Amino acid sequence: MTAAGITPAGVRPEAGPLDPPLLSSLTVGDALPPAEYPVTRERLVRYAGASGDFNPIHWNARVATGVGLPDVIAHGMLTMALAARAVTDWAGDPAAVIDFSVRFTRPVVVPDDGLGALISVTGTVAALDPDAGTARVDLVVRAAGVTVLGKARALVRLP
Amino acid sequence: MPLDPSYVGRVFASIEPYTVGIEKIREFAAAIGDENPISHDPVAASAAGHHGVVAPPTFAIAAIARYQDRVVFDPSLGLDFSRVVHGDQRFVHHRAIIAGDVLTCDIVVEAIRTVGSNDLLTLRSELSGADGQPVTTGFSTLVARGTAG
Repeated sequence: MTAAGITPAGVRPEAGPLDPPLLSSLTVGDALPPAEYPVTRERLVRYAGASGDFNPIHWNARVATGVGLPDVIAHGMLTMALAARAVTDWAGDPAAVIDFSVRFTRPVVVPDDGLGALISVTGTVAALDPDAGTARVDLVVRAAGVTVLGKARALVRLP
Repeated sequence: MPLDPSYVGRVFASIEPYTVGIEKIREFAAAIGDENPISHDPVAASAAGHHGVVAPPTFAIAAIARYQDRVVFDPSLGLDFSRVVHGDQRFVHHRAIIAGDVLTCDIVVEAIRTVGSNDLLTLRSELSGADGQPVTTGFSTLVARGTAG
């Protein structure tokens, strides 16, 4: 049980952190464990290097404001990666995510104040396909009180 | 400037392969704060049934971007990259990307559209393994804001 008194969807009480939820134990409407990810300027720089996306709007405030943005913004692909983390942390194996799609609906502004932005991810089991061995998870991804990804959906293969 | 519609259906065949290194997967996972041992530790990955550490689901963009750059920076296409934002992204993983993979990637221009004053470019990226089998299909829509006049 979590502090909120909610057992994460499909997770057996004796399961270790890498043990996946069982498809047969899931019900449509089950919630994934909610997750929050701080995004600082340091993380943007690390992600730029790791992904190879060095667009200066993700690290240079002068360039970002010069093209009309309020400040440096996070890479959309970083926000997508963090949304995926909420799913793989639940599913246990990153290979379990076989289809993942998002729309980038609003930028995540990352101020240079030592705190940055906080991305929150909640997920719900939206559909189950026992024949295919998959669960569809719909995600709500927010920063600063607004949704930043639209139609964020993952298809997850589970035992 | 509108995009050249004759690019729809054009295939940009793969160039030099992208070799997936274990340290690149670890670096990517660390950059997104992902401590899953299956993405860091070959022993944990093996115990989970994989032949190498497994890339997080969105790692594919690191490989795909190199190939997409050939399209988006093609001067004849007419895309003003300074005005481009990412509109949407999808990955269909036929199998997971693992350390040691030698990937190639064909890019197909799926669609060119104008919505309001924006130019939209949709690219399909077909990542394949050294055996020629599909690994990941990526769909990316790039939006050039205000370029359609």
